[in-house]
Order: sequence, then structure tokens, then C-alpha cells
Amino acid sequence: MVSLSINGKQYQADVPPDVPLLWVLRDHLGFTGTKFGCGEGLCGACTVHIDGKAEFSCQIAAGDVGTRKVTTVEGLPATHPVKAAWIEEEVSQCGYCQPGQIMRAAALLAAHPDPDDAAIDEGMDPNLCRCGTYPRIRKAIRRAAGKTSPGGAA
Amino acid sequence: MSDIVRVTRRDLLKSELVLGGGLILGFHLPVLRVASGAEPSPDVFAPNAFLRIGPDGLVTVVINKSEMGQGVYTSLPMLVAEELACDWKTVRFEPAPVDPAYNHAKFGTQVTGGSTSVRTEWERLSKAGATARMMLIAAAASGWKAEPKDCRAENGSVVHADGRRTAYGKLAGAAAKLPVPKEVALKARADRKLVGQRVHRLDSPAKVEGSALFGLDVRVPGMLTALVARPPVFGGTVVSFDAAKAKAVPGVKAIFQVPSGVAVVAADFHSAKRGREALEVAWADGAGAKLSTDGMLSDYAGLASTPGAVARKEGDVAHAFPRAAKRIVSDYAVPYLAHAPMEPLNCLVDIKKGSCEIWTGSQAQTWDRDAAAKITGLPPEKVSLHTTLLGGGFGRRANPASDFVSEAVHVAKGAGAPVKVVWTREDDIRGGFYRPMWHSRIAAGFDTEGRPVSWAHTLVGQSILGGTPFMPNPAADWIDETSVEGAKELPYTVANIQVDLHSPKQPVPVLWWRSVGHSHTAFAVESFIDEAAHAAKKDPLEYRLSLLPAVSRRRGVLELAAKKAGWGSPMPKGHGRGIAAHESFGSFIAYVAELSLDSDSQLRVRKVVCAIDCGEVVNPGIIEAQMESAVAFGLSAALHGAITLKSGRVVQGSFDDYPILRMGEAPGIEVHIVSSTEAPGGVGEPGVPPVAPAVANALYAASGIRLRSLPMTTDAIRAERRKA
Repeated sequence: MVSLSINGKQYQADVPPDVPLLWVLRDHLGFTGTKFGCGEGLCGACTVHIDGKAEFSCQIAAGDVGTRKVTTVEGLPATHPVKAAWIEEEVSQCGYCQPGQIMRAAALLAAHPDPDDAAIDEGMDPNLCRCGTYPRIRKAIRRAAGKTSPGGAA
Repeated sequence: MSDIVRVTRRDLLKSELVLGGGLILGFHLPVLRVASGAEPSPDVFAPNAFLRIGPDGLVTVVINKSEMGQGVYTSLPMLVAEELACDWKTVRFEPAPVDPAYNHAKFGTQVTGGSTSVRTEWERLSKAGATARMMLIAAAASGWKAEPKDCRAENGSVVHADGRRTAYGKLAGAAAKLPVPKEVALKARADRKLVGQRVHRLDSPAKVEGSALFGLDVRVPGMLTALVARPPVFGGTVVSFDAAKAKAVPGVKAIFQVPSGVAVVAADFHSAKRGREALEVAWADGAGAKLSTDGMLSDYAGLASTPGAVARKEGDVAHAFPRAAKRIVSDYAVPYLAHAPMEPLNCLVDIKKGSCEIWTGSQAQTWDRDAAAKITGLPPEKVSLHTTLLGGGFGRRANPASDFVSEAVHVAKGAGAPVKVVWTREDDIRGGFYRPMWHSRIAAGFDTEGRPVSWAHTLVGQSILGGTPFMPNPAADWIDETSVEGAKELPYTVANIQVDLHSPKQPVPVLWWRSVGHSHTAFAVESFIDEAAHAAKKDPLEYRLSLLPAVSRRRGVLELAAKKAGWGSPMPKGHGRGIAAHESFGSFIAYVAELSLDSDSQLRVRKVVCAIDCGEVVNPGIIEAQMESAVAFGLSAALHGAITLKSGRVVQGSFDDYPILRMGEAPGIEVHIVSSTEAPGGVGEPGVPPVAPAVANALYAASGIRLRSLPMTTDAIRAERRKA
């Protein structure tokens, strides 16, 4: 039995502790917004926040999460500036990688409220998009940064 | 109340409830959590297979094309909504079931491909909307005891000249009782309100929330998950397997052979994966084990110097070539490529007595449905295929061989339970159905001014259509057009032209890959024409223009891209600009790529300026997005992508050794759309072909290095520099 704090709620899942967090989220708790892309930490589709930091959920055993707080894309409010910017900039194409991109971007902005392009490129490097939405991701992060900066709407 | 939610697999599978973010499915498939359209009832107005309007006024457009990022869930409803004159905010979409009503208008089967969705559906969907509009007007007029000619449709209501107004929802029941008109008039171009506008995608909100449902996200009660151990060599077979250790893995339920390998069925993905790792299979490799792509490279180069099947012949190259003032012969090579969609392949199959339900992100519903019918022995109408969102397709999910769907049906049949077969990334990269490896030789003769007088292009590569229902029978003189497309229709004026094709057979399964034959022919043709320009000491843009008719759409995009990119303006040392243009799928695209090359041979594409002429435009925002997407897809192939084989085994396995473009490598992209009233062209694929030659030509401009093999890796550039 593994106990997890996800999006502000406690969950218990009847799984061995070595099962990757990704598969506990998807197969056992129904949080399918978090995606499987490679299972090896190479693509970032599975990105979630653990205590506010962006992590590959495929690379961490559920049993190792402990009392740390997990946030999935479903737990990021719909009004979050990153989600709003993603709609405004029309980032999504197939959309499969976008939950991971959004979680990575939200963590990046939490740590660097006003990143320049180089910081965006570096911060977003772990996440792949086969549809090539990168230019719009850059724009959306800049837009969200405007809203999260002091005096902004968020 | 405790805040602790205890969830067991049993709860998950037995109930239909929303937990956290996950929607547990019963029998309906809400692909996206849109407000549901009206269920069939007497008050629902459904004048044709593509459209229904409920008493709530919601307009549901049924889409017969698969949404894989290209925007059909937005652009196709726009066509209906334009003619229907409804409020765009009331428009919902729903994936079509498998039915001849939804067949591709030209291909005669339900399929999404060939960048044809808008082109082939424009008229049909416009008429669907216009039909409904006329009937709603008739219904309102009848209710008002007025003449239809005194009424008009406007923003979801019928309005009488005297000011009376009734919303579509209130007219739905009455309209449903009226005869469907045979002739409908479509709006004049000048009266369009929606088509041509930058409308936001309807699928964006769910994709951003995380609630959008892809094949991999679908669950049904009692569902198990399976992985299949497949032969490490194409064409290999199972000799025997020992399941003892695999069966001991907790969660593993069953292990059995299927035609494609050995299935490991388990309670969940992780258990199935562990089970497959513990499974011991003895394989017979077969003839495929002899195959290496290194060997194929030299075989193909050898074949390229011999005559092949003639795809085009004009004039006499054999006479003209030796007599030309100058001759250039260049060889171009491109490797096998995997589609590598971000969502690994998967397919959920639930076989019950007398029925079979399938949930998957298919691009080819009829083929997949029919394959399932054959395997289950059910009549096709008893097989339901629910098309989910596709986490990328690029051609991989439209397979005449129905590989991943057929396999999942076999597994579900063997398991006697609903099973979702999931592919890992390695399964995907090593699973075949690649863009074929190609070798092109172009031998051209030129006059004293450097203008081509003779052009012989010989292509060597596997046929995609050979052996599929697209191949005619008998096929004696048949040329697979997808092998030579983009090479056969040479746009430049040359008096003597010959295009020859060799189609060697290989055990490696191949398939269409975003832009199909154009993906390799454009690289050869547009690189060669650049070489010819430089040999003639002409500007590559001017040289191309001099070989094109005075008025042509290709000329238009070349000139527009060049102008916007500042073609000819000075560049810093180590930087270069390259230009390339190509026509495919009814659209014309030109790119100017700007790159820099440092002393360590690191190439960085900095900017790509795109000009596209795709005829009439439905949604410019989606066209821009597709061009950005095509640039990234084309750059992944130009700079990184190669599937190679050693002793029949695929060397690459994941994104570490089959890299795709990352954020830091993504150039700035500018897209300029030519205003046009020409017939609509495709936009999903045509942006891919000219990327690689534009980059290769820019590399030459920056460094004098001409790379004729893809990918243009740092190692390849270093090797050229050592030679120099």
C-alpha cells in the first residue's frame, strides 16, 4: 500500500512501492492527464510537480514520494496563467505532450518569474514535442510571465 | 469525513466515476469532455450524417477525420458553421463511427491522410450546413406563415424581415419533419464570416486541462493491459517460449502466442512490462538477420547506376547528356525513419458474444474495423471502432496492414477479457513501418550558360503501396507514384527528362511518413538545383526563377519567402541562408533557412521564413501552426533522424539515439500565407519536404560544405571538414 498526496488530497493505492509514480497515477488512481511517452526520462510527457519542482513521474518509485506533495496537470487550476497562456497562444496541436509541458513551464515560472529565451530553452529542454509547438510554448511562457510578474493579474 | 480516498483496482474497474482527473469509461466514449450534443429524439434535427441540432440549440458536427494535431476538429466544423450561420460558441464536435457515409470522398474508405481533409470535405460539409440552414428557414417561415424568401439565417436564429426571430434550438423539432432539399446554394466568398478567420481550436481547452482522452487514457470495466514480445528481426518467428518466470510476476494474468509474437497480459502496464522482461522467447530470425543498412547503402548506390522502371521520359537524355557543355552527377541518400508519435501505439479491444468494440487513435477506421471483423469472425457491422484523439499520427496510424489493431484483437481474443495492448517507446522505434531508406542519383547536363538541358533522376527504395490494396492487379508496368512523387513532376524547364525507379524488396516494413515520397525527392531535387546554381555562378533564387514559367505559384512563394527573409542581405561570418521550394498535396511552399556553424561543427538553424500558397484558407492560425510543426518535423529528420539496422536488428530504441528536435534547437519561424482563391490545398504534410534542402543549401552557403546524406549531424560535418 502506497500513500500519496495528490492535488491536495490523500490517496492510498494497493501497489508495490517500486511501481513508478506515473503508473500509479494513470493505472491505479485515474489521473490520466499525466502521459506516458518513453518511460526513461527522455521526453517529459510524464512531468508532474513534487513539492513544486518539475519531475519525471516515470523515474520516481511511488514508494519514494513519501509525504511530498504531488501536483498533476489536473491539480493546476484552470485559471493558472500558464494554462490561460496556452489557450491564448493556441499552443496545442495533438496535445499529448502538453500536460507535461504545462507542468514544466509552471515550475519554471515559479522559480524564475521572468525568464529570457535562453532560460526558457534551458528550462524546457527536458520536454519533447513531436508536433513542434516550441515557438508557441516560448510565446506562452512569456505571456504567462507577464501575468505572474509583480503587478500582474495572477 | 476523512479526506483519504482509498482506491483499489477493483473499484476503478467496476465503477464509472470521475476520480481526480481520470474519467472511467463505461460504454460511451466522450473523447473530450465537451457539453454533450443532444441525443437522438424527435426534437433533434439531423438532416445528414454530419450534423445535428438539439432543442438546446447546440450544434454537433460529426467528424469523419482523425484529429492528430492538424486541426480537423476545428477547421471542419468551421465549414459547417459558416453555411449554417450558427453561433460558433454552440458548435461541438464528435468523432464519426465507422460507416460508408463517412468514407473519404476519393479513397472510398474511412481514412485520414494525404493532407486531404479540408480539400475533400469542403464541399460536402458546406452543403451539410447549407442544407440545415435552408430547412431551419423553411421551418421558421412555416411557423410564421411567411415566405422563406423573407427570412434569413443569422448567428443561430432565423430572422424575418419584420424583425421576428426564432433560435435554431426551438426550430429543430419542426425542421426535422421537413423534406431535405436536393439543391442548396452556398454562400458567396464575400459573405463568409467564419471561414478565413483565425478561430481558436475547439480541442484546446481539454488538451490544456489534461482531460482530453487519447487512446492510452481509455478504460473499460474489467480491462487488462498487455505488452507483446515481438521478434527482434523483421520477419522473425517464435520457436518456443518459457513463461514460468514471467507468470511469477505479480499481476501477470496470462501469456500466450499471437501471430506477431508472445502476449503478456496483466492487471496493469507495470506488471505487464515486468512480465515481458521476465519472459524467455527463442526466436527464429529468418533471412532478415542478414540485413544491415550499411550493406544496403552500397547495394542501392549500385542499383542507381543501372536503368530502372521508367516513371517519366521526355526527349532523350541518353543523347543529350554526353553532348552537354557541362555535367553534374550527385548522389543523395536518406535513411529509414520512424514516425515516433509522442503517444506510443495502443489499442483497446473488448470482444463480447456477437460484438467487438475497439478504442484507438486510428487514421484508417475501415481497414482497422474490417481487420478486426476478419479476426473475430464477426460481420463488420458488429465491430464498433471508437476513434479517440491521436497523440500524433504522421501516417503511422493509417496502416493497410492494420498491424497494431489486428494484434490487439488477437490478444483480446486470447485473453477472453477486454485488453489494452500498449507499445513501449522501444516497441515503437523498433516496430518498423518506417519511411523507406532512399538513394537518388541525379545526372544532369547543362548548356554553356549553366541551364539544364538534360536531367536523369534514378531513385532506389522500397515501394510503400506494393502489396497493399492500392497496387493494381496485374501490376506489370505499375509504378508506385508515392516513390517518385516530387521527382517525376520536375518543375524546372528541362528539354530532356527521365525518371527511373528501382523498388528493391526488403524485410523491413515501410509506410507513409508525413509527406511520403516528397520527404526524400524534395531533398534530392532542391539540393541538386542549388548545386547547379552554384556551378553556374548564379544566385540560387535567381537561378530557380530563371527556370520557372513567368507566372507560377512556385515562383510566387519563392519570391515572397526571399523578400520576407531579406534574401541577399549580408550575413555574419559562419552564417548562411538557403532557399528551397516544393509543391505537394496541392500546396506550394518555400523556405529560407538561416543557420550558423561554429568552429566545433555545431550547426544551429536560427530562423526559417516560410511562404505558403495553399489556395483558399479556412483558418490561417491552423496553417501557421502546421508550418511551424512541419519545420520542426523536417528539422528532426534533417539534423538527427536515422533508423539503422545491424544483423537485422534496429540499432535505435528511444529518444536518446533517435533524437527529435528539442526546445533549444527550435528556430524562430515566420509564416506568410499567399492570399489566393485557388482550390484549397493540403497543409499537414507539404511543409515537411523543403525543410531539409533549405538547411543543406544554407549549410553550403555558410561553409562550402555540401551534405548529400541525411541526417546532417555534427559528425557528418566534421568528417567533411577533415576531407577539405
